[in-house]
Amino acid sequence: MSTHHHHAKDFLFTYIFSTDHKMISKQFLVTGFLMGFIGLIMSTLFRLQLGWPGESFEMIELLMGSWQEDGVMAPDKYLSLVTMHGTIMVFFLLTAGLSGTFSNLLIPLQIGARDMASGFLNMLSYWFFFISSVVMLCSLFVEGGAASAGWTIYPPLSALPQAIPGSGAGMTLWLVSMSIFIVSSLLGSLNYIVTILNMRTKGMSMTRLPLTIWAFLLTAILGVLSFPVLLSAALLLVFDRSFGTSFYLSDIYIGGQVLEHSGGSPILFEHLFWFLGHPEVYIVLLPALGITSEIISTMTRKPIFGYRAMIGSMMAIGFLSFIVWGHHMFLTGMNPFLGSVFTFTTLLIAIPSAVKVFNYLTTLWKGNIVFTPATMFSVGLVSTFISGGVTGLILGNSALDINVHDTYFVVGHFHIVMGLSAIFGMFAGVYHWFPKLFGRMMNNKLGNIHFWITICCAYGVFFPMHFLGFAGVPRRYYTNSEFPMFDNMIDINVFISVCAILAMIGQLVFFFNFVYSAFRGPKAPMNPWKGNTLEWTSPVEHFHGNWYGEIPAVYRWPYDYSKVNANGEYVYGEDFIPQTTPLGDDEKDGGEH
Amino acid sequence: MSHTEVVDSKTAWAGDNNSPFGAGYGKLMMWFFLMSDALSFTGFLAAYGFYRHDYSAIWPTAENVFTHFPFVHSHQPLLYVALMTFILIMSSVTMVLAVEAGQRMDKGAVIKWMFWTIIGGLIFVGSQAWEWMHFIHGTELGAMELGIGTVEINGVIEQTQGIIGRWADDSKQVLMLPWRETLGDVTSPYITLEGDALKAALANAHEIHGANLTHNEYGHPLFADFFFFITGFHGTHVFSGVVLNFIIFVNVIMGTYEKRGHYEMVEKVGLYWHFVDLVWVFVFTFFYLV
Repeated sequence: MSTHHHHAKDFLFTYIFSTDHKMISKQFLVTGFLMGFIGLIMSTLFRLQLGWPGESFEMIELLMGSWQEDGVMAPDKYLSLVTMHGTIMVFFLLTAGLSGTFSNLLIPLQIGARDMASGFLNMLSYWFFFISSVVMLCSLFVEGGAASAGWTIYPPLSALPQAIPGSGAGMTLWLVSMSIFIVSSLLGSLNYIVTILNMRTKGMSMTRLPLTIWAFLLTAILGVLSFPVLLSAALLLVFDRSFGTSFYLSDIYIGGQVLEHSGGSPILFEHLFWFLGHPEVYIVLLPALGITSEIISTMTRKPIFGYRAMIGSMMAIGFLSFIVWGHHMFLTGMNPFLGSVFTFTTLLIAIPSAVKVFNYLTTLWKGNIVFTPATMFSVGLVSTFISGGVTGLILGNSALDINVHDTYFVVGHFHIVMGLSAIFGMFAGVYHWFPKLFGRMMNNKLGNIHFWITICCAYGVFFPMHFLGFAGVPRRYYTNSEFPMFDNMIDINVFISVCAILAMIGQLVFFFNFVYSAFRGPKAPMNPWKGNTLEWTSPVEHFHGNWYGEIPAVYRWPYDYSKVNANGEYVYGEDFIPQTTPLGDDEKDGGEH
Repeated sequence: MSHTEVVDSKTAWAGDNNSPFGAGYGKLMMWFFLMSDALSFTGFLAAYGFYRHDYSAIWPTAENVFTHFPFVHSHQPLLYVALMTFILIMSSVTMVLAVEAGQRMDKGAVIKWMFWTIIGGLIFVGSQAWEWMHFIHGTELGAMELGIGTVEINGVIEQTQGIIGRWADDSKQVLMLPWRETLGDVTSPYITLEGDALKAALANAHEIHGANLTHNEYGHPLFADFFFFITGFHGTHVFSGVVLNFIIFVNVIMGTYEKRGHYEMVEKVGLYWHFVDLVWVFVFTFFYLV
């Protein structure tokens, strides 16, 4: 071990090709956040164009080169950026970044296992994710630019390489990157599922699992069942693009020339895509909901309200998410009866979602709330989950959807309910488990500043979009200044863009706090938030195996908070009973109602 | 870990490294992977079903497409595919026997049955290649793909572009087009063109033989698209299965699992192999039988 050669090897296997779940978790976190930051910059760039269409931003030309000639964004580059922003945020930040980070960190630590079932597959999962990230970023620099058909890559724009500049090499790389991504997601999910099912410590029955773990389990199952259908869709698309088949293409003319394709239909792609696409919403959301459940209970010092109802509602949401995909396709000429069926199943999701919201609120009710950034972001999630969910009722209704379909109303809706909720959950998770990840504390003041900037600016960006949508402003347009009826909307667009820029600047506070705290933050105690779950019984320093000696056994559910201490007094810091404490004679386990 | 473990429903979900399903994590992973893979196939087969329904009038019938049998020159519809299906299913039987032998720790028997499984798989993949070859090659007679033009059926003018017409016999005097026609009490599944009408229709037509990803002598091109894609995707699975079986086969011979004390790896590749067989049953049903 003393030679230089060995040190190099140690470094390689500790930091790069690590099979330790905690290191892999950090790898996912850092990669995910880097991708997210790139996605954020993209959104700011195209918000400049939408807020001040055609105006010249010469400073940005320095950064963007030919993409921003004379300081004005080129229309095809605008489409590329919108597409890549969506792809990166949905898949790379909120699917792999969120699930990869917290499933990896928390599953072994919270169920009491030394590591994942297969550390090797876990490592592969990260490296496939890394390669797919690199390929996706590379696609920005190929001829014709990155994919430009929107993150949903509907054919024929995505199926005909000659359709638009972004349909060429950029689209090919998009498909390559996503195929690798699907492999990564599959390997990760398989690992999460079997680890949770098979490797729980003594006494850790399913009804004693923290809600985070339930959320990760259901997320992984959704991923295993829905991503293969995206793979089907993508493979058929590859054949249409490269081998002349007509799965998604019927008679079509380009530049007055008739192509050889006939018989297929792009609607088939939409069905296959949204069969993944809708569960994907919950793949993004469920981990955030699980994280929030855990944090709200810990930080209000109260048992989570309706533990079993929380599990049941997540199961119901997961199941329903597979039978609602048609609500993305109401305007494809769908049979109105079928539309009403999809409306029914879609609106059903409101029930388990409302159960979750009420459980959050009743847990917060009269709690001794400890205000940390993690608490703030968790409550922020409850807020966005409600305000975004309510507009979902409008979009999920096949009759009401006609008016706002493909407008900014949709953009506002899904950014609030899926984007903001998921990223708030991720921020909450990072603030809460930062001591576990890096052994140091983050700065709470900076965290609170970050929260207030983020939530104000985020609502500032997405709330006015509903009004744009009601006025009929279509999404994905390069500019709306060509249409006189949208002239009075320009002020709203300026306001949104200003908020977007401020929101981006606000994230720098987080970035600084994150990096500074990781190296210079105060050393973390073993159990900084006085939590019950097993991860707070493992030593602060990281080593492969998580616990010295025996893995602790579990005797109770994880939400025994607001207890009185030995003197019968109610004191913060003595008001909780960790899972490792055996049940008293007169006690009942909270999970076993 | 071992397959002999009995699941106690009272304690199975209670933790302490009990698997609720009495299966090791590797086997469980394989099950979840197969579920995932099943959904990929479901996506393809559902897509196939929709198009077949859309174009049911002009969808080729498998009996008319797959009529060859090696070394036999007579007309043998679907006989060969039935044989290769039988071989694949038999290879599942030999796989079961290999797993069973593994549970008895009978190394010799595992080797024997895995060997026959691999042979079965290879025959199947080879047969598929042979079937593809005939499908791609097509018939001597060929078919006519009509160009831009119209034809009148039951008083309705129909566009002919892209329609595949097949000859009634070798004399090439009568062309059959895939439209239903009712004459008196009789409904014919196709209409026929001859004489001047045929000459007019053939003005823009071109002759095609066999099938590829853009043209199909036997009918709608999407039939060929899906046939190549789905049987190809399945064939890739069979081939991967053969490779996996071979690796495990070598390990068995080397005594790896005897040293380990159990043959669970044989069981895991067995699961994959059965899955691939099961998928074929669906592919076979939807492409050839229905």
